[in-house]
Amino acid sequence: MYNEKVMDHFEHPRNQGVIEDANGTGEVGNAQCGDIMKIYLKVEDDVITDVKFQTFGCGAAVASSSMATEMIKGKTLKEAWDLSNKAVAEALEGLPPQKLHCSVLAEESIHAAINDYRTQHGLEAWEEKKGSHAEHQH
Amino acid sequence: MNTEKRLVYMDHAATTATRQDVAEAMVPYMTGTFGNPSSLYDLAKVSREAVEKAREQVAVAIGAEPKQIYFTSGGTESDNWAVKGIAFARKAKGNHIITTVIEHHAISHTCEWLEKQGFSVTCLPVDRFGMVDPADVENAITDETILITVMMANNEVGTIEPIAEIGAIARKHSVLFHTDAVQAVGHIPVDVGAQNIDLLSLSGHKFHGPKGTGALYIGPGVRLDPLMHGGAQERGRRAGTENVPGIVGMGLALSLAVADMAENAKRVTTLRDRLTEGMLAIPNTYLNGHPDKRLPNNVNVVFEFIEGESILLLLNRWGIAASTGSACSSKSLEPSHVLIACGLPHDVVHGSLRLTLGEETTAEDVDYVIGAVKDVVQHLRDMSPLTPPELRSQS
Repeated sequence: MYNEKVMDHFEHPRNQGVIEDANGTGEVGNAQCGDIMKIYLKVEDDVITDVKFQTFGCGAAVASSSMATEMIKGKTLKEAWDLSNKAVAEALEGLPPQKLHCSVLAEESIHAAINDYRTQHGLEAWEEKKGSHAEHQH
Repeated sequence: MNTEKRLVYMDHAATTATRQDVAEAMVPYMTGTFGNPSSLYDLAKVSREAVEKAREQVAVAIGAEPKQIYFTSGGTESDNWAVKGIAFARKAKGNHIITTVIEHHAISHTCEWLEKQGFSVTCLPVDRFGMVDPADVENAITDETILITVMMANNEVGTIEPIAEIGAIARKHSVLFHTDAVQAVGHIPVDVGAQNIDLLSLSGHKFHGPKGTGALYIGPGVRLDPLMHGGAQERGRRAGTENVPGIVGMGLALSLAVADMAENAKRVTTLRDRLTEGMLAIPNTYLNGHPDKRLPNNVNVVFEFIEGESILLLLNRWGIAASTGSACSSKSLEPSHVLIACGLPHDVVHGSLRLTLGEETTAEDVDYVIGAVKDVVQHLRDMSPLTPPELRSQS
């Protein structure tokens, strides 16, 4: 059901784990829906120097977390904020239609972690674009 | 991760391989003796006799008369025919049907459709082991009740229902009783007389027969509308040219399954218990279904903090074929209605794994699966944000 790229990221997830001294964390989803994603960020001078994830969920959820963390590592917070779920799904060379919401979860958890960092550092939380999560339906 | 690669098929409740001897017995009816049983010439007579022999084999296996066996295209057709056929044949008498929350979709979706046609359906609950209470059945009967349908054994959790008792209650109240015995026939003893069954559905591919074959047992005096309209096959009750090779294969497969049933069940039960023990040795793991009133080949467990589709994908890399009730693995994204009915919370249902053994399963297979599942569960628990620290690998 999944392509090779997705299976590669599912079986060999990049950046899986915890950052003990993370300065931004975000968790989205819920166990009822069957997926939870937690992102840990290490931000230095507005740049994401390290990122880790923990995921409870299906193959697509794990692969999306893995790919999304790879895509934001070394990026500025603004660049990371602009990573869309569509870009994650495209980088994975496609997800089955009923699994697209997993890539939305990756985008949302990164946003949550970035805003956690910003609010902790006296900055205003960025606002979600309206309608950007229309695909996350259960 | 895994170094050894083999194929361990642990999904016999989904389907089974057609036995080699069964497949070989079918071939002549596709090639040399291909005649239509309805035709007059000698070639057709061979087909006709083969169908009647299979009818007898099926009848003997469930304690019925050959004339009470009607061949269909499988369990789904048998279930649809029984429920819709009775509902429409008896609608002058009443419009109420009693069923349960754990039925296969072939029953539950049929009942939902009948509700849209004006019938009224009572869906009985089950206890945490997936067991229906016969007292609930009796209490649900009204003057309008025309049919009770309760499955003999559940396909997900393997629980064996008190069919004879429910059948006796149905008899007492003069209500017809149907049972979906798709998972039971060929695996546990079935006797339509002793179990007070009026209609019974069975499916060929669950006992090493071919796919696309099934039968409906219709007891004496039971009238039901046809599902398939057309020719006069099956004594005018089920139209369509008989699937002669399929019917031959199903009849032979069932007679072979029943001949070896007691011995197989004993052997498979031992392996099942070994596998269950191995699963429950994994912390925060729980058994679904009844501890002993369950099919000889069914193991169904939930692992906390992880999700079933991920388990299946990783087990597949070990060459293990299994199944889950997780919403994430189903096309509908709906979690298992059976596990929910047993009272499992939604978040725990996602971590379910069903392993169903077969005749060819060995103790080595079981030990290999135990090892693989342990590895997979730990891998996923290490990745999950829900896992408590004491269950994580030391790294």
